Amino acid sequence: MTSWVGTFAEDMVNFIGTYFQWLLDIIKEVINWPLEALGSILYNIEPIVFLAILFVVSILMTKRLIISILIVFAFYIIDWMGYWDSAMITLNMVIVAALIAIIIAIPLGIWSARSEQANPIIKALMDFMQTMPAFVYLIPAVIFFGLGIVPGVVATVIFAMPPMVRLTNLGIRQVPTELNEVADSFGSTDWQKLRKVQLPTAMPSIMAGMNQCIMLSLSMVVITAMIGGGGLGEDIVYALSRVDVALGFEAGLAVVLIAMTLDRLTQSLNKG
Amino acid sequence: MALNMNNKRPIKAMDDKFSELITTEMNSFKSKIRKPIKRLSENARVSHYENQLSKNIFADINCPTDSEGNEIMIRVKNLSKIFGKHPESAMKLLKNGMNKEEIHSTTPNTVGLYDVSFDVKKGELFVLMGLSGSGKSTLERCMNRIIKPTSGNVIINGLDITSLDEDDLRAVRRKKMSMVFQNFGLLPHRDVKNNVAYGLEIQGVPETERMEKTKRAIDLIGLSGYEDSLPENLSGGMKQRVGLARALATDPDILFMDEAFSALDPLIRADMQDELQRIQSELNKTIVFVTHDLDEALKLGDRIALMKDGRIVQIGTAEEILQNPADEYVCRFIKEVDRTKILTAGTFMKKPRGVIQASQGPRTAIKIMEEYDRNNLLVIDKGNHLIGMIESDDVLNVIKSGGVLNDAIIRDIPKVGIETPMKDVIQIMITTNFSIPVVNENDVLLGVVSPSVAAEALNAGGDL
Repeated sequence: MTSWVGTFAEDMVNFIGTYFQWLLDIIKEVINWPLEALGSILYNIEPIVFLAILFVVSILMTKRLIISILIVFAFYIIDWMGYWDSAMITLNMVIVAALIAIIIAIPLGIWSARSEQANPIIKALMDFMQTMPAFVYLIPAVIFFGLGIVPGVVATVIFAMPPMVRLTNLGIRQVPTELNEVADSFGSTDWQKLRKVQLPTAMPSIMAGMNQCIMLSLSMVVITAMIGGGGLGEDIVYALSRVDVALGFEAGLAVVLIAMTLDRLTQSLNKG
Repeated sequence: MALNMNNKRPIKAMDDKFSELITTEMNSFKSKIRKPIKRLSENARVSHYENQLSKNIFADINCPTDSEGNEIMIRVKNLSKIFGKHPESAMKLLKNGMNKEEIHSTTPNTVGLYDVSFDVKKGELFVLMGLSGSGKSTLERCMNRIIKPTSGNVIINGLDITSLDEDDLRAVRRKKMSMVFQNFGLLPHRDVKNNVAYGLEIQGVPETERMEKTKRAIDLIGLSGYEDSLPENLSGGMKQRVGLARALATDPDILFMDEAFSALDPLIRADMQDELQRIQSELNKTIVFVTHDLDEALKLGDRIALMKDGRIVQIGTAEEILQNPADEYVCRFIKEVDRTKILTAGTFMKKPRGVIQASQGPRTAIKIMEEYDRNNLLVIDKGNHLIGMIESDDVLNVIKSGGVLNDAIIRDIPKVGIETPMKDVIQIMITTNFSIPVVNENDVLLGVVSPSVAAEALNAGGDL
């Protein structure tokens, strides 16, 4: 039914699956480790302790009392509706996926900003990653990593990375020529120029990218429930299959509350 | 205001207050934590810095001098810059006499500079002037190699920086030169003192020494009290003060100033020009100042280089350029200048025709007056000191009453010095309507400025 394009992609996936299994295993371990570490905390913590920690963290990040109270209240509602365990699984995946995406995306963004050769290639790759329908990633992810949380995180990382790369790239490219000349004229090394001039000046843009990255992670994590990612996504997929409006709305609301919380927290980073 | 907010939106007011409190608490906590960490990294930095100091690439090089024995700080030799790929072909065409427009239309290249040569003496304030696109900023950036020239040499203090590798170039930029930018180029995330300290910081100057030097630069430039402000909270003039302080903090020999005052209001600009002159008289740096403003160039420049289409059209002092413009382009450029403001009495004075010594008789005076066809004369003594003036009516009266010339002398007459601007001379002339004597500080008569010459000066200012 498919043309050679599809067959080629299939062959590639099979090829990687056969000959690079060792690499896939390493990746799986690398992703599994932070998931388990963070999970062992999130899954076992008492909701009331979590809420207390969340309150302190949000005060430190937002420096606002009212928003902090609302954030705690949002998580209280999730607990009250009975979605605490699902929410913790989702949160675990989001945090790990977003962290991995950010760790990969920032150097990529810097590289594409500084190299005219790398830029078009990275740009094309990002276009591909961002516009390829999210569900499609799930197929090779399952083949490579089986069912479960890990392939979900991999698909999420791929889906959430592009805006972060783009905005890092853009931020550095938008540093005024004059500031680059300032760095040069005083005799900065390349590293000093990046550290002391370009990155701080590009910070608002990079922070906006981080915010985008986290929000996209959340939306993708819900979709990964289709390959056994678990969490709130699972509740939603279950509700969909049974056409259960009540369950679907509650689980959806929990996702929205987590999204708003993460957005407010990371947006405050943006303002410094 | 605060009370008002309390009444209307008590929750928001409370939230704001809380936000303020937590911010200050966090900042003080952060600074407490940072100090010990900083101290740890400080030791490593100090030893690295001392290592660097021992390496001096200017050690074995003598500064060249010109024929008058002045040290030459910057020598630019046959400097060319062609923008675009494959500049060699465009260079060839230029050598065959093609001009900038022809190159631009026939090749993919643009000519930035072509065959520019000049010297800047130590302690000189050298102005590069020209319209936008004339290559003045390109030339300045070639001088610290932010732009790499296509061919030619830039020799700083005897060292050819066009052939240096990255490391040595960096060393030259750190120790020898710094730059002030048109739009100030302040780092938005750093407060004033850390902006000023930037150059020292990247050299790895240890904290205490760095802060000391920064403080000195800040005091010199009159920024005290603003150390902790962020650039966004400063006015344009203050921002450029920060830019200037940053450039001076590293104590460079050469200061490049790229349209440094062009973005400022006229009044602030005049202030900054005065400030620069004050600093220059104190520190005596070598300054290369780029501007498109002729008034600024004339006010500041010891010498001025006028640029057009990537070439230098004329180099000289303000007066040389105004008196002998090299070509049509220079003429057009200086047309708008109020020439009388810059030209002095010394420029226009002529040898006095018809003077008389006080010891001579009144009849001789009349004779001289008749000879030169005028009705007044300047009176001098044997040492050529100006005593005053006589008018024919008074002299005739003296002859009638049988007195001596001394009785007829009007001693209280206007006189000007050689440096007096023509503007002022003309002011005086309007009220007196006779030739104004020019004297030196000992009252020795040097020459006169006659009304006809003054009219010429005014005229020259008008239609050149």
